[in-house]
Amino acid sequence: MTMTTTTQTTPTTPDTPRGLIPLPQSAARVLVALGAIGTIASAYMSWTWTSDFPGDLTYYGSPAGLQILALVAGVLTLLYALTRWNIRGLTWLNPAGATAPVFLAAASAFAVTWFSAIAIAVDLGGLANLDPGAYVAIVSSLVALLGALALPSPGDTFKAWISKPDNIPPAGRIPAWAERLVVTAATALGLIVFAYGVGVDPDASETFLGYLLLVVFGTWALITAGLTDRFSALNARHKGFATSMAFLAAALFPFVENNEHNANLGVNILVVATVALGLNIVVGLTGLLDLGYVAFLGVGAYAAALVSGSEFSRFSGVQFPFWAAMLTGMAASLVFGVLIGAPTLRLRGDYLAIVTLGFGEIFRISVNNLDGSSGPNLTNGPNGISMIPDLEIFGFNFGSTHDIGSVTIGRFANYLLLMLIITAIVVLVFTRAADSRIGRSWIAIREDETAATAMGINGFRVKLIAFALGASLAGLAGTVSAHVGYSVNPAPYQFAGSVPPNSAFLLAAVVLGGMGTVGGPILGATLLYLLPEKLSFLKEYQLFAFGLALVILMRFRPEGIIANRRRQLEFHEAEEPDIPDQSLPDTTVGATKAGA
Amino acid sequence: MTTTTATSPVLEASGVTMRFGGLTAVRSVDLTVNSGEIVGLIGPNGAGKTTFFNCLTGLYIPTEGKVSYKGTVLPPKPHLVTNAGIARTFQNIRLFANMTVLENVLVGRHTRTKEGLWSALLRGPGFRKAETASRERAMELLEFIGLAHKADHLARNLPYGEQRKLEIARALASDPGLLLLDEPTAGMNPQETRATEELVFAIRDQGIAVLVIEHDMRFIFNLCDRVACLVQGEKLVEGTSDVVQGDERVVAAYLGTPFEGAPGDEEVAEVEAAETGTGAQSTTSKEGSAQ
Repeated sequence: MTMTTTTQTTPTTPDTPRGLIPLPQSAARVLVALGAIGTIASAYMSWTWTSDFPGDLTYYGSPAGLQILALVAGVLTLLYALTRWNIRGLTWLNPAGATAPVFLAAASAFAVTWFSAIAIAVDLGGLANLDPGAYVAIVSSLVALLGALALPSPGDTFKAWISKPDNIPPAGRIPAWAERLVVTAATALGLIVFAYGVGVDPDASETFLGYLLLVVFGTWALITAGLTDRFSALNARHKGFATSMAFLAAALFPFVENNEHNANLGVNILVVATVALGLNIVVGLTGLLDLGYVAFLGVGAYAAALVSGSEFSRFSGVQFPFWAAMLTGMAASLVFGVLIGAPTLRLRGDYLAIVTLGFGEIFRISVNNLDGSSGPNLTNGPNGISMIPDLEIFGFNFGSTHDIGSVTIGRFANYLLLMLIITAIVVLVFTRAADSRIGRSWIAIREDETAATAMGINGFRVKLIAFALGASLAGLAGTVSAHVGYSVNPAPYQFAGSVPPNSAFLLAAVVLGGMGTVGGPILGATLLYLLPEKLSFLKEYQLFAFGLALVILMRFRPEGIIANRRRQLEFHEAEEPDIPDQSLPDTTVGATKAGA
Repeated sequence: MTTTTATSPVLEASGVTMRFGGLTAVRSVDLTVNSGEIVGLIGPNGAGKTTFFNCLTGLYIPTEGKVSYKGTVLPPKPHLVTNAGIARTFQNIRLFANMTVLENVLVGRHTRTKEGLWSALLRGPGFRKAETASRERAMELLEFIGLAHKADHLARNLPYGEQRKLEIARALASDPGLLLLDEPTAGMNPQETRATEELVFAIRDQGIAVLVIEHDMRFIFNLCDRVACLVQGEKLVEGTSDVVQGDERVVAAYLGTPFEGAPGDEEVAEVEAAETGTGAQSTTSKEGSAQ
C-alpha cells in the first residue's frame, strides 16, 4: 500500500536512472553498437579525394593513418557496447557493467573521427574535400556517442560520466600462468601502441594528434572500467616477470619499428629517461631540488669523449675500452657530484635549488672556455669534441649493421639495445636503493630533516650519497650518449632550452611522470621527448605548450601521471578519506608476515 | 628501586647556558638523570624547557656548559647524540607523515644498523638478515605501543594520540638509554594521558631512563621520581614531587603572586592613562580644528 503511494508521489523517478537522452536502455546500446560498426566500416572507405592530406586517406578497402585510429576506436566502442548485453567472455572488459567506459570509448571514436574531418576540412580548405567515408565516420561516431549518452546515467554530475565507479567487483582469481599471459599480452599491446606512436611520420602531425586523442580517451575508458587497477595488481603479484616483460618489449622495439630514425628517437628517449631516473633519486626520494643536474650528464659525456680516441680529444691517442670509458664517465660524474654536493648540501630548499642552478651553468660556461685561448685546452670550447668513434664490445661494432635472424639491426638500434641494458641497471639500482635502510633515510630527510637527524641519520652524509649516486647514474648515461651522438658540445647542457637534455626538461620529466616512482620518469621523459618531435607544427610554441601542459597537470594531477602511493594519498586525502580502511585486510597479512 | 640504580647517572648536564644574541634562554642549568629514573621538567611557557632539550640533543650547541651521557661528553650533533643513546620526541609531532607506521619505526633503527648503499644494491645475505631483524624489532615495538595492526598505514592518517605513541616507538627503536619526551600528553584526553603514563612506566621498566617535559601537573607528579622546575631559563627547584609541589616559588611562577601583580597594575594604570591622554589630545585637536 505504502509502496504504491511512494511511487505515485514520485512518478518522475524511474527505478533505473535514465540517461541524458530519454531512450530505453535497449535502444541506447543498439545505437552505440550500430555507431561503432558504422565507424569501423567508414575506416574502409575513402575520407578525402586527394593524397595531400597526411596519411593518404583516399583508398577504399585499406585503412590508413587516421582511419586505422578510427578503426581501433570503433572496435573498442563496439566491444564496450557489447558488454552492455552481458555477453559471456566479454564481462572482464567492463566488470562493473558501468556506463563511463562505454561513454569514453564512444567519445574516443567521436574525437578521432570529428578531429579528422575538421582537420581535412581545414587543411584542404572546405567541407567539399570530405569524401562519403568521412561523412559516414562522423555520423556513426555521433550516433554512438548519443547512444552512450542515453545509457543509464552514472551520476548527476559530468564527473560521474568520466570517473571510475565505486562498485567494481574484485577480480576473480585465475591460474598464475594465465595471469602471466595477461601481463604478456598487455605488455605486447603496450609495445604495439607505443611503436605505432613512434612510427607516425613526423610530418603527419594530424595523425599523431588523432593518436593522442585515441590513447588518452581509450586509456581513460580502461581506467574507468577498472582494468588498469587490475593490471597493476597483476604487475605487483608478478613483479619480476612484469619488469622483464617490459624490458623484453623495449628490446623488441627495434625489430617492430625497423627504422633508423625511430631507433635514434628510442635511444635518445632512453638516455633522457635514464638520467631522469637518476634525478628521481635526488628530487623524488631525497627531496633535494637540483636545477643543474644536466651537468652530470655532460661530465659523463665529456669524460667518455676524451677517452674515446677521437682526434679532437685532448688525449687523442687514448682509447679506452667501453667498460673503462663507462667507469671513467661514472667516476668523473661522481667526483663532480661530491665536489658540488659537499659545499651546497648544507643548504636547504630554495637556497639549494639556486646554488645547483649556478653550478650547472658554471659547468657549461667552463666547458665553453676550456678551449686553449681563454683557458687551458681540455674540451675544445664551443666546437666540442666531434668524430667520436663507435663503440666496439667483444668485437661487436656498434657502428655497423648486423643481421639478427631476418631483421637487419642498424647503428642506432645497436645503441638502443645497449642503452636498454644501462636503463635496466639504473632501474635496478633505483628500486634496490629505494627499498633499503639508505632509501628510507632519504625519504625521512625529504619528509622532515630535523626529525631525521634526531633519529640518528647523518643528514649531510646521506644527502651526499643520494647526490653522488644520482650524478654517477647520469654520468653512466652520458658515456653512451656521447657515442650515440658522434660528438659532444656544451650547448645542450643548459638549464632550459628547446632541445631535450636540459635541467628543466629532466625535472619536468620527473615531476610530470611521478616523483619517487620508476615508471614515472620513464613515461615523463618519453612523452616530453616524443611530443615535440611529432607535433612539429608547434615549432616556436614548444616551450609555451610545455609550460601549459605542466600547469594543467599540476592543477588536476599534482602527484604526476604515475602516482606513488604516498603522494597520491598526500594530494587526494580529502577525496579519499577511507584509503587506509581499504588496505586493512592487507595490513593484517603484512603485519603477520613481518612479525613472523 | 631508585636506591639500587641511583648510583649510575645516565645524563649529567652541568652549567648549561644557551644565549641567543642578548637573550639568555637557559642559564647555567644542572641536571642529572640516573638510570631507571623518571625525571620531570616543568616550568611556565617560555621558561626554556625545549631549548634545554635541544641543548641536550645536539640541535643547539650550548653557549656554555657540558652535557655528558654515561660519563662521556656528548658531541654537538643530533645524529651522534642519538647514536650515543639519547632519543627524543618533539613537542609538535614530527613524524615522517608520508611514510608508513612501520617505516617510521624502521627509520628509528637507523643508528643500530650499518647496511650502506653497496649492501642495498648487492642484496647479500647480510642485508636480508639485517633487514629482517630490523623489521622484527620494529614490529615488536609497534606491538609494545599497540599499533602493530596499523603497521601499513601512513603515519599522517593516524589519530593524534596514536601519532604521539608512534613518535615514542620511533625514538625507542634506536635502543636508547635515555628517552627525552617533550610534552607527550599535549592535546590528549584524560584516558589517553593515563595510557601514556602506563607506557612511560613500561619504558622505565625496560631499564630506560626518562626525562619528560609536561604541563599536566597530575601526570608529572604521578609519574616522576624527581621534578625540576625551570623558570626564565634558571632552575628554580629540584626534588621529589612533594617538595616541588609544596614550593611556593613554583606556585608563584605558574600563577603569579599578589606582590608581583602590583607592577602589573601600575602598568595597566599607565596604559590607561596614556590612552586617555591620547584620547584627550585627539579631542583637543578636534576642538582646535572646530575652533
